[in-house]
Parts: sequence; C-alpha cells; structure tokens
Amino acid sequence: MSGLLRFATAGSVDDGKSTLIGRLLYDSKSVFADQLEAVEKTSADRGDDYTNLALLTDGLRAEREQGITIDVAYRYFATPARTFIVADTPGHVQYTRNMVTGASTADVALVLVDARKGVIEQTRRHASLSALLRVPHVVLAVNKMDLVDFDEAVFDGIVKDFRDFAAKLNLPHVVAIPMAALQGDNIVNRSESTPWYDGPTLLDFLENVPVDTDHIGTLGARFPVQYVIRPMSVELPDYRGYAGTLATGMLKAGDEVVVLPSGRRTTVSAVETADGPLDLAVARQAVTVRLTDEVDVSRGDMIAAADDAPRSTQELEATICWMADAPLVPGRRLLMKHTTRTVKAIVSALLDTLDVTNLESGDATQLGLNDIGRVTIRTSSPVFVDDYNVDRATGAFVLIDEATGATVAAGMVGSTLGGNA
Amino acid sequence: MSVMELSQLDLLEAEGIHVMREVAAEFERPALLFSGGKDSIVMVKLAEKAFWPGKIPFPLVHVDTGHNFEEVLAFRDRRVAELGARLVVGLVQDDIDAGRVHEIPGGLRNPLQTTTLLRTIEENRFDAVFGGARRDEEKARAKERFFSFRDAFGQWDPKNQRPELWNLYNGKHNPGEHIRVFPLSNWTELDIWRYIVREEIAIPSIYYAHEREVFERDGMLLGVTAVSQPKPGETVTTRTVRYRTVGDASCTGAVASPAATPAEVLAEVAVTRLTERGATRADDRASEAAMEDRKKEGYF
Repeated sequence: MSGLLRFATAGSVDDGKSTLIGRLLYDSKSVFADQLEAVEKTSADRGDDYTNLALLTDGLRAEREQGITIDVAYRYFATPARTFIVADTPGHVQYTRNMVTGASTADVALVLVDARKGVIEQTRRHASLSALLRVPHVVLAVNKMDLVDFDEAVFDGIVKDFRDFAAKLNLPHVVAIPMAALQGDNIVNRSESTPWYDGPTLLDFLENVPVDTDHIGTLGARFPVQYVIRPMSVELPDYRGYAGTLATGMLKAGDEVVVLPSGRRTTVSAVETADGPLDLAVARQAVTVRLTDEVDVSRGDMIAAADDAPRSTQELEATICWMADAPLVPGRRLLMKHTTRTVKAIVSALLDTLDVTNLESGDATQLGLNDIGRVTIRTSSPVFVDDYNVDRATGAFVLIDEATGATVAAGMVGSTLGGNA
Repeated sequence: MSVMELSQLDLLEAEGIHVMREVAAEFERPALLFSGGKDSIVMVKLAEKAFWPGKIPFPLVHVDTGHNFEEVLAFRDRRVAELGARLVVGLVQDDIDAGRVHEIPGGLRNPLQTTTLLRTIEENRFDAVFGGARRDEEKARAKERFFSFRDAFGQWDPKNQRPELWNLYNGKHNPGEHIRVFPLSNWTELDIWRYIVREEIAIPSIYYAHEREVFERDGMLLGVTAVSQPKPGETVTTRTVRYRTVGDASCTGAVASPAATPAEVLAEVAVTRLTERGATRADDRASEAAMEDRKKEGYF
C-alpha cells in the first residue's frame, strides 16, 4: 500500500470544509502548539464562542478578514499509516477552476454536504467534476449531522439522492460518512451519536483506501522525454541519456520501444538513476533511459512500448474546462502543453457544452469562464495521446494563451463522462 | 511480476527531480538559491540526481545578509567546490552601502534581502529561480504554486495565480518577468530530515547539538555572535543547543537539544510540538501576516 495519499476537498460556502480539515489536523495531532495558539488567539480576538479550527487552514489576510478561502491551499499531515497531501479547494468564486485543479492530482475527492441542505447544485457539480477528472474514489461527507439530531433517515435520504446522481456519472467508488466536524464526530474518532452507522470514520477510510495503481500494470510504457543528458566531459565523451518521469506502465533494459514522432524502433539498453541502474522502473519514477541504437531523440518526444504505444495525432476531440475571463470561440489559437511536449493548437470546433449540475448538453457557440465543453483541436505537430479515461497521464493537457502566458484551460482527451457527455 | 511500491520519499524525490528537469529544459537562465540551509542542501541533492552523470546545468545563488553563521558559509563553499558549480553571491551590504536599503532598528537583515535578491536576479537576467520553500512552513506558502509567476517588480499576486494541473507546469513569461520554482513544495520538515538520514546528506554542524554561549530573548535562545549581543539584563549561559533553521544569525534562535546525529534529530522532529519557524524565527513573529507581506514584495 502506498504511503502517500492525495485528496481534494470540495464544498459550498459554509459547509464546514475548513473546519473539517482543521479537525482532521487537530485530532490526528498534526497541529503544532504554536499554530494552535495563534488560532486560539485569533478566535478570542474575533469573539468566537469556540476555538475556530477553520482558522488553521485560512491562509491569506483577505481570507481571514472575509472568512472565505480564495485559492487552492495545500495541507500536510501524517499518521503512522500514511502521509496525506490535502488540496483544499474553495467552494465559491472560481469553484470549478479550483476544484479541477485540486482534483487533477487527487486519489480521493471529498465532497461535503450540509445535512440540513442535502444534495444541492454545488454537490452535483463537485460529483461531476470528480468524475470528469477521473478521481478514483469519492467520499460523500454528510456534515453537520448534529444539526439534524444525527437522524439516520436524513443521512439515508441524502446518500440516496447522491447515488442516484452518481449512477449517471460512472463514478467508480463512493463511500458516504455521517459526521459533525465542529465536534469531531466520525472524523478521527468514532461518534457515539451515530450508533446506526457501522462504516469507517473519515480517517479510517483515508488510511486504508487502496491507491489506484492499476494503470501501472495494464498499459504499455509511456516515457515522455524531458531533457537530454549529454555531459560531453573527458570521462563521458559519448554518454547520452534521456531523462524523464515514466508516465505510465513499466520499463526495463531489453524492452523494445518505439520513439515518437519518428517511429524508429529500438531497444532500451539501461534504465538508470544517480543511485544506480534499475531492474525495473515503474510509473512516476524519475529516471534516465538509454537506448541501444543512436536515434534522434529530443525533449517532447516519447519513448513508448513498441507493441502498445499511444496514438500519434494532429487532431483530437477533448473535454475542456475553460478558465479564462474572456470566452473561448472557435478558431482560437493557443499553445497546448501535453506531457513534455508543447505545440501550437487551434480550437477548430466547439461540439457542445455540458451542464455539470444536471448533465445536460447544450449547443456551444462559445465557452465562458468555468464552462465545460467538448471541442476539436488541431495541432501544429503530432501529440501522443491516450484517452483520459484510460490514462490520466497521457490524456491530460493544458492550454496556454501565448500572449499573456496564462493557463486558460484544462483538457482531457476524449469524452471523459462516457455516454453522458 | 510484482509491482514495486514507491515510498513517500521516493515520490517526493521524483516530483522534485521532474520539476527541476522541466525548468532546465524550458528556461534559458535558471539559478538555484543556495543558502547552506538544510532545505537548499536537499534541493541541491535533487539537482545533482536530476542531471547525473552530467553537472548541474545552472549556477547556485546566495543572497548574503552578512549575518552568517561561519559554519554555514564554510559549508557553502565546500559544497560548491565539490559540485564544480558556479556560485553567484548577492551581498545585502552592497545595497546598504549604495543606499538602496537602510539598516532597520534592531539590526534584522532578513527583510532587506528582497532588494538584493531582485537585484541579483535582474543583473544576471535569471528567468527561473529555484527556492527551497515548502508549503507546510507557513500559511501564505500553502497557496504557492510549484511555478510561481513574478512580475517585472518581482511581486507575487496570490489572487491571480495560474491554475496548476496534473504535473503540467506553465513557465511562460515575458522578458523581465521570472518564475520562482519550488521543487520541495510538497515536503514537510519531517520529510526533509528523513531524506537527510536516508541519503546520508551532509549539512552544517550547527544543525546538531553543540555547546554554545546563548542568551534568552523573546523566548528564543540567541547565540552570542558579532551581530547578536546580549542587552543589559540578558544573561549569557553555555547550553547544549542546535539550530532548526539557519538564517540571519541576528534573529535565528537555537533550541536546547541533545540531538547530535541525523537520526537523533529525526527522532526529535518526529515528536516536536512547535513549527520550525514559530520556534526560532523572530522575523515571522512580527505579525500574523508577516510572510504574506514579504512574499508579495518578492521575498523568497
């Protein structure tokens, strides 16, 4: 089991998300004494009735003044079982952009619901975005159960609503937990107020959920070349190694590979690191690959399993989330960064838009800020892609405005919500 | 075939190496901020690994307050020589002498570093600058990207950051602007120590327990040096201490500790109840938003 779990939180304003994370940090004893002291002092200064654990996660002055969260913030805590990286994504302004950002690297998405309000539009949005980004596991955190007297029927009703919606989404694994973050019920410690609930506490779940490593074994190797190492020194006049992070699959000396875009076939002669050669490299390892033949390989090329390579294409259909204020219109020219390859791209057509709150698709003449839609993209030179549904690493890209340098869209190759998009 | 599981340190190391290679490939004039502190030493280790068997393809930069621990300066020079790297030093004293900044009451020089850092970046036309900051250090840093855009004035605009998705980093910038890059973003203090132990990385001796003449001020133990002298009423005693961070010697406090080896420090860090900045950095105590303000102006 991997020792590192990344999870993203999503909720609306006032769902108690910051309190929940603060509670997780506090009850798992991950809060330092001076941090707690600072929070206690601020709470007292503001006249709060209780120590406001939400203050543990509110970072910037403007946020504390307004009692809101502006940007994705990252938190760290560890238990003896695992280390956790939390992407805390705010639920209001820029919610889609922030949630998509947080979810892009998450193993688990935590969707918060206020037990008094149940499943609302924001909840459906968060569920859809989790599905869109292919987050492997979703936790439905039904918070503020204390305000509905820990009523099992209320919880069951919310869970049913959520599962009805999730069924349309291809959401792989959903677990629902009743909790009250303010007092800590079912966060780290099992609540005495929910005797009818026999599932895991939130921390139990996070410590034990398997991290999805299926893709390591099922797809051929994909190794985007980042950097060519050529010391050209007296000791190593002819050394040439291709440095990069193995995106998918496994790679070892002797493997037959194809180099894209040239299509040249060759064999891996060694997979090395500064600590010595590896018998086998697995996805996410940063390594240096050496090849048997002298072939022309540079940054942005991909070394892939000869019998199972990604497709090389200059036209692709993708689902994108638009993140810029000025709307996207067909014909727009942008840069596309996909793995280590950056190419010029034209959004040649908008196919449709997706309303993530009800999964209805609509006609697209333009995509506005936080809109999600399917597009066709043409590129100036080939990119080596898999559908995002099959491989998050080689199915993901960003679009960049060449003039301003801004990242304006997150893209996923293919129709990631399956038949519903 | 059984699939090898990567440990959390393996994953953090791989992520840091990935980020460094992206920068070396996409930028023309990167540089790495190297203070001789443990985080920047770990960063240099990652750079060594990332470009092995080649040399680190960018210079190391030290913004020198003049308020140094001697051991740290000696360590810096030794490490640079070992690596065969180029060292660029920006002296805060030069900016004081030129009248660009003025000494502030109390003698703290950390706040003055920003001017020197930005001048050094500008003079050398660096377009990417690696820093060893970690998101677990401080609240404002928790919102920092791996690739953090800085305008022509070196300023950070926390409300207008580029979304950073997957491991796709956007380094686009115009001439005069630059990107601060934080390869250790996801590391915690504990991870740093675990890595130092695992990789047997040498760090300056003041990180380990030693006897030192110290006096107490604002609940911190300050060493007696040229730049930190006791005021009347502050008593000097010899204690067994170590440093958790090494910065401006006039404001960096020591902690009483018997931990004399990497493993002993690791054990101590694992159970500690104070953040390293809260315990020993007077500059971060100035106000609750101290770091946020300094970052916006272009601080590390």
